[in-house]
Amino acid sequence: MSNAVTPLGGAKTNIGGLTLEDMGLQGMISLRGDLSSKALAKAVKAVTGQGVPELRTANVMGGKGAAWMSPDELLLFVPYAEADAAVATISETMKAEHHLAVNVSDARGFMRLSGAGAHEVMSKNAPVDFHKDVFTAGMFRRSRLGQVAAAFWLDAEGGFNVVCFRSVADYVYRLLEVSAEAGAVDAL
Amino acid sequence: MLTLQCPYCGVDAEETELQGGGEAHLKRFGPGSNDDDFEGYLFLRENQKGIHFERWRHAYGCGKWFLAARHTNTLEVFGTYPAQSTEPPQHIKDAISAKLPGWKWGNFS
Amino acid sequence: MSTRLAKGGRLIDSTKPLDFTFNGKRLKGYEGDSLASALLANDQMMVGRSFKYHRPRGIVASGAEEPNALVNLGTGGKFEPNQRVTTQELFDGLTATSQNHWPSLEFDIGAVNQLFARFLPAGFYYKMFIHPRPFWKHIYEPFIRQSAGLGKAPTEKDADTYEHFYFYCDVAVIGGGIAGLAAALEAGRSGARVLVMEQEAHWGGRAVVDGVMIDGEPAEQWIDNTLAELDAMENVTLRERMMGAGVYDHGYVLGYERLTDHDPKLAGPRHRLWRIRTKQIVTATGAIERPLSFAGNDIPGVMLAAAMRDYLVNYGVSVGDRTVVVTNNDDAYRTALALVDAGLVVPAIIDARPQGGGELMEEAIARGIRVEKGRGIAKVKGRARVTGVAICAQEGEGAVLAEIDCDAVAMSGGWSPVVHLWSHCGGKLNWDADQAMFRPDATRAPTGDKGQPFVITAGTANGHLYSAEVLVDGYTAGRTAAQAAGFTPAATEAAVGEDASQAPLLPIWLMPQGAGHALKSKAWLDFQNDVKVSDIQLAAREGYESVEHAKRYTTIGMATDQGKLSNINGLAILSQALDEAIPNVGTTTFRPPYTPISMGSIGGAARDELFQPIRKTPIQGWHDENGAVYEPVGQWRRPYTFTRGGESKHDAVKREILNTRNNVGLLDASTLGKIIVKGPDAGKFLDMLYTNMMSNLPVGKCRYGLMCSENGFLMDDGVVARIDEETWLCHTTTGGADRIHGWMEDWLQCEWWDWKVYTANVTEQYAQIAVVGPKGRQLLEKLGGMDVSKETLPFMQWADGVLGGFNARVYRISFSGELSYEIAVPASQGRAFWDALWSAGQEFGVMPYGTEGLHVMRAEKGFIMIGDETDGTVIPQDLNLGWAISKKKEDYLGKRAQERSHMADPNRWKLVGLETLDGSVLPDGSYAIAQGKNANGQRNTQGRVTSTYYSPTLGRGIAMGLVHNGPDRMGEVIEFNTTNGGTIKAKIVDPVFYDKEGAKQNV
Repeated sequence: MSNAVTPLGGAKTNIGGLTLEDMGLQGMISLRGDLSSKALAKAVKAVTGQGVPELRTANVMGGKGAAWMSPDELLLFVPYAEADAAVATISETMKAEHHLAVNVSDARGFMRLSGAGAHEVMSKNAPVDFHKDVFTAGMFRRSRLGQVAAAFWLDAEGGFNVVCFRSVADYVYRLLEVSAEAGAVDAL
Repeated sequence: MLTLQCPYCGVDAEETELQGGGEAHLKRFGPGSNDDDFEGYLFLRENQKGIHFERWRHAYGCGKWFLAARHTNTLEVFGTYPAQSTEPPQHIKDAISAKLPGWKWGNFS
Repeated sequence: MSTRLAKGGRLIDSTKPLDFTFNGKRLKGYEGDSLASALLANDQMMVGRSFKYHRPRGIVASGAEEPNALVNLGTGGKFEPNQRVTTQELFDGLTATSQNHWPSLEFDIGAVNQLFARFLPAGFYYKMFIHPRPFWKHIYEPFIRQSAGLGKAPTEKDADTYEHFYFYCDVAVIGGGIAGLAAALEAGRSGARVLVMEQEAHWGGRAVVDGVMIDGEPAEQWIDNTLAELDAMENVTLRERMMGAGVYDHGYVLGYERLTDHDPKLAGPRHRLWRIRTKQIVTATGAIERPLSFAGNDIPGVMLAAAMRDYLVNYGVSVGDRTVVVTNNDDAYRTALALVDAGLVVPAIIDARPQGGGELMEEAIARGIRVEKGRGIAKVKGRARVTGVAICAQEGEGAVLAEIDCDAVAMSGGWSPVVHLWSHCGGKLNWDADQAMFRPDATRAPTGDKGQPFVITAGTANGHLYSAEVLVDGYTAGRTAAQAAGFTPAATEAAVGEDASQAPLLPIWLMPQGAGHALKSKAWLDFQNDVKVSDIQLAAREGYESVEHAKRYTTIGMATDQGKLSNINGLAILSQALDEAIPNVGTTTFRPPYTPISMGSIGGAARDELFQPIRKTPIQGWHDENGAVYEPVGQWRRPYTFTRGGESKHDAVKREILNTRNNVGLLDASTLGKIIVKGPDAGKFLDMLYTNMMSNLPVGKCRYGLMCSENGFLMDDGVVARIDEETWLCHTTTGGADRIHGWMEDWLQCEWWDWKVYTANVTEQYAQIAVVGPKGRQLLEKLGGMDVSKETLPFMQWADGVLGGFNARVYRISFSGELSYEIAVPASQGRAFWDALWSAGQEFGVMPYGTEGLHVMRAEKGFIMIGDETDGTVIPQDLNLGWAISKKKEDYLGKRAQERSHMADPNRWKLVGLETLDGSVLPDGSYAIAQGKNANGQRNTQGRVTSTYYSPTLGRGIAMGLVHNGPDRMGEVIEFNTTNGGTIKAKIVDPVFYDKEGAKQNV
């Protein structure tokens, strides 16, 4: 898999105190099933080392973890090279119950925006309250950025991790870049 | 521009996150049904000025369809509830009755 | 003349001069000036001409309500027409030009229109331009187009940038006058998140200019203290130069922030559009002074009294040396006193009230100003500038009692609260007859998502004209709003405002009240659109009794100021003409935005490469580098063809097709939809979705399927592969991927929610490449790693494996009639895999082909294309696809509809092939002509072309079409219309033009 590339090709930009960067190849698995099931929790634990995330939260650390996508869907984060094996593990663990685990690592763009003012850059593009007291670390939200669907969470280091579809990754990257270049609003 | 609370993920979603899906609580009529029933299913809608039950999908959010009881004139939202409902929950009916005594919509009142 | 005084001007810094130009003249102003004040300081009273009569127009107001003083601002990429000089702050190097005149502002040809004014009454356009009808296109429309429009359209691309900003708060306060600040203070102290917007660069509204005292000190002190306290609150956001543009459903507010208009050298976006969601809104938007309707009230030099006071106090500008004040209320006396304070002459105050005013009048008299009670202005003298006024009795018909020389007139007809933002979302109004104004009715406020009132109005916007009441109202509004937003504000001691007591206003809608036609036809209501008192009365006489009709008939309130000055006066005149009470006539609808906002701000960041998202496949980079000519398919850009050298697109397509048919072609098919459907009930589910059976598809095999809407119409097609016992992979069209995924979820969530099925849209997980042509197998064998022979991987099967080192899923499916493999690899390796195919394929003559080649090849084979052969009215049976419709199934989506009599009618138009007799290409979309004509006199039709191409394989035009009873008419020749009015003959043939036996794909 040495010839695998991300849609952003490792892009990184520093704008003022902000950093926008391609997060590189990241294993991602879409897991649908009964989020309250023990087998599912076991499978999630087995491949991510984390528990099943609460409503609208993400517990991703060091490229491993899970995010709450919908009442019957999680997005699991595993190392890129391990995604297929992780799908196999999940399928084995959950074979007795109805579920769907599918490798979507290549279907996504994955980037991170960090630094002072990142909240405001996000606020220019999503109909979401990013006030620091409201959108706090660990919160996960699916919405839109500009005109495309995106999911994002705030990590403990204050960076926004943004997941979008691969085909529009450069649109999202450029949108955040332009919004960062436009400067601070000084309102959040 | 409306804001509706998605009953699945709890987000107060503004309309740009949502996709409208027309009238709720339609009963599907398939092969074997008579022409009147089928016409009703495909084409006939309540379309009242007043209470309306409608389908929305949290398209840019959790992707789930849900139903909303909304006043088409004042835009008051009496509640949202899961799409897996064959009729509006009683507390929503009560909320409507408080504002619109004697309301009637399809088979509901 | 208007000029800058030696002293005064609290907002300007006279140590910082600025240069600017107006119509090429170099002029000087000061930092802190508005463009209006700077123009007046340079005696540039006349700034434009009116829309219809091209009459000279001067500055009449000092704020957003200004109807006349619109200019073109800037040059090149910074050019913008219709900018209000009153809301434009002066900056060094500003360039402005006046509008709506030719050849010059001072000498304008169009001004002859006013000589014909009596032939250009209200409704003139409607009456004049109707007959004779042929005149419309060649005479009337060109004439109207030439004279229409104020500013010029920009010719260059906008050089500025814009952005949006989503903001959430508990209380949004619109207006930063003393009421708004008091509301913000009270709401802020409760801990609520508060946003305060002030459209101007200064806080405090009119209080300072009006000399209001708060807690015993000049208002400025309280304003400064309050701002400091608000500024220190973490939960309060203060924004100046930001207008509350509109109030919408469910607490949505648009804020229009002008960031660099006052200094274009600043970096960053020019405007920022705030998309605000708030629980509660306080509209503290103040009031607008009304003009009085007297003859000649439009002559430059006639100005609103409070505006004149603003220019004097804020900018040290006097509009005239001798100013006559005319009023029906006490407030205008403040202007007279301020003028006298500044050493200027006020020859008289004409007060229409028989008893005159109160405290302020006494003060004026004490200062030696002549006050004429019960009088009005019969007529203003002057043409491009006021030279004097003729005075008459207000109660009379305009007989002149005296004439007074003057060079300016300050008028005040009372105040209209700015109720626009209150009304945008349905807030209702009451008529206050005493103050002659519409006031918000707090019991009928706009309601939100819970049915709760969500707009509170405060201060002058609520009809309070005394600062004491204004402040109390502001505090109360802030407290009420915070409470409604879920906070518990502690009532704090309100600051106390004090100002002079006032005598009651006397509503005056026409001056003098008995004015005859000659005077009324010179008494302007709408200065920009040239609507006069006589026009409204004419409209009423001609039956336009509804205020909305009268507005459109006369164009009152339809100018760029949207009737901020004219509407109340106009509807008062209308109500008199109809002999109705003002509230019965009602107001026209207040629609957002409050004043025009820039198109750029509406677009925000969505411009240039961000105008819309363009979806890109993993192989797009290669296409870019290799001559791809794109066509849009949804939000994708797919290569239509790849041109080489100086080749035309047509030649490129031809080359690509012949090469694919003879050697091997590559198609980037990554955009095709790919949806995983899994679960114990997945087979049952797919049997409902597709017209044919999918549950019995063996693992490892592929099957073509059709999907219909519940109306029975064909909506998508594609190949389905059975992956394992519980899993299917459904291919959709490129445009259908998201739609069909949504369609599946809709049925699973809303109808069959007890069925155990999960879906996942994996369209973008894979790069998919079609390797097509007789040498395709050799190419894959060269890559190696998988057995792709006919025996191991026959037509309509798939296999997983490693191909040339890539994890691949290979489908033996064909949309071209050739030996064909569609190969899916992880998207991250899509480009590498394409490159591998490209280099391995060189010895086989590999070439890429685009969507046009794809389309032509499928048409040569008679394969249908969703969107060409279908248009939302076509059922599969029309396309002879009965073989793909299960007869065994009791139900599938669309089946019931296909049983309806119209759908089952044997006489429907059906798919056939079409060949022109001369080998030419049939025009796209042309109709087959039938005998006779329909009820509208149009020729009857019996079919239409759905796809038509030049086939390089056959060397002639081929087409498919839907023809009445088509399949039963093989060999018949019918006629199709052409775009030049002629017809062309074509023979009905089998739609499969090439390799009817399928020999080429089954190798």
